[in-house]
Amino acid sequence: MAMTIHVDIVSAESEIFSGTAEMVFAPAVMGEVGILPRHAPLLTQLKPGEVRVKNGDTEESFYVSGGMLEVQPHVVTVLSDTAVRAKDIDEAAAIEAKQRAEDALKDKTSEFEYARAQSELAEAVAQLQAIKKLKNRAGR
Amino acid sequence: MAVGKEIRTKINSIKNTQKITRAMEMVAASKMRKAQERMRASRPYAQKMRNVVDHLAHAHPEYKHPYLEDREANRIGYIVISSDRGLCGGLNSNLFKRTVISMKEWHDQGKEIELCTIGSKSGAFFARLGGNIVAQTAHLGDTPEISELIGVVKVMLDAFNEGRLDRLYVVYNEFVNTMTQAPKVEQLLPVEKKEDKELEHHWDYFYEPEAKDVLDALLVRFIESQVYQGVVENLACEQAARMVAMKSASDNAGDLIGDLQLVYNKARQAAITQEISEIVSGASAV
Repeated sequence: MAMTIHVDIVSAESEIFSGTAEMVFAPAVMGEVGILPRHAPLLTQLKPGEVRVKNGDTEESFYVSGGMLEVQPHVVTVLSDTAVRAKDIDEAAAIEAKQRAEDALKDKTSEFEYARAQSELAEAVAQLQAIKKLKNRAGR
Repeated sequence: MAVGKEIRTKINSIKNTQKITRAMEMVAASKMRKAQERMRASRPYAQKMRNVVDHLAHAHPEYKHPYLEDREANRIGYIVISSDRGLCGGLNSNLFKRTVISMKEWHDQGKEIELCTIGSKSGAFFARLGGNIVAQTAHLGDTPEISELIGVVKVMLDAFNEGRLDRLYVVYNEFVNTMTQAPKVEQLLPVEKKEDKELEHHWDYFYEPEAKDVLDALLVRFIESQVYQGVVENLACEQAARMVAMKSASDNAGDLIGDLQLVYNKARQAAITQEISEIVSGASAV
C-alpha cells in the first residue's frame, strides 16, 4: 500500500473532511502546492480555489475561499475561510461595528429605555394591586 | 353559577401562561440540540488553530508577533458575549456579574477598560453601567456566522495593534451540561502559552510567503475563531438556560393551578352547603 498522509479540512463553522490521502493539492498564494507524506513543516496562506485529495485514481475536491494550510510530516490541515476576506471588507465591517456602538449610546430611547419603562410600569401595577387589596380588606 | 368566577378566570389565565411557557420550553429544547451540534462542529477548527498557534508560540521564528508577546497591561479590553433575548433565567446576569468583578479588579489598579459587546443584552447592560463601549453587534440569530463577527473583532485587534489595548479578554457562558452553565473569562491577547508535553519536539515551519504575513493572517483567524466559539457556546447555554427556566415556570404554573383549583372547589362547596341550609331552614320555618 502506498504511503498516506492524514488530511483534515475544517472551517470555523464545520468539519468538512477528515481522512487519509496519498497526495493533497492546495492553492497556496505563491502557486499550487502538492503535498506528499513526509513533507517538511509548512505554513502558508491559501487563495480561493480547489483543494484536491488524491487516493489512487480517485480524487475528491473541495472549494475553499481562502484560508491557511498547515503541513506536518504526517498531517495536513486546511483551515478554510467561510467568509469572503478582503482588507476593505474587513475595514467596512469594523467601521460598522463602531458605528453601532456610537448609535446605541446616542439613542437613549433604545431597548434599554424601553426595558426601564417596562420595569417601572410593572412596579406601578404591583403598587396599584396592593392598594386595591388594602381597600378591599378595609371595605369588608 | 356566580361563585368563584374570579378564581376561574385566574385559573384560565394561568393555564394560558403555562401553555406559552411549555411551548417555549419545547422550542428551546430543539434549538439547544441544534446549537450543541453547531458547537461541536466548530470545535475542530478552534482546536486545530490552537495547536498551530501553540507550535508557533514555542517555535522561534525570525519574526516575533506582538500578539504572542506579553506586555505591561495598562488598558484592558473585554469582548462580552450575551444573548439577544431574556427569559433565560440568571444566565446573562451571572455573566455580567462575573464580568463586572473581573473589570473591577483592573479598575482598582487604575487601568482603563474598553468594551465590545456581542448580543443586545450586554449592549444594554453596559450602556446603562456607563461602560466605554467601542464596538457592538447584536441580533446574530440562531445561526451566527463568522462574517458577522469580523467587524467587532477587528476593532479590538486594531486597538491592540495601535497600543490602545494591552490585554484582551472574552467573556461568555461555558456549556458544562444542560443544567449548568458557567460564566468564563478567557484571555485572548496576548496569546497564552500552553505548557504541553506533547509539544516537546517542536519545529519551526517554512513560511510562505513571509512569516509576518502568514502569522498576521493566522492569528487574526485564531482570535476570530475563539470569539466565534464563544458565541456558539453561549447560544447553546442560552437555549439550555431558557429550557430549564421555562420548565420550572410551567411547573410553577401547574402548582398554582392546583392550589387555585382547591380554593375554587372549596368555595363552590361552601356556596352549595349554604344554599341547602337556607332552603332547609326556610322549609322548617314554614
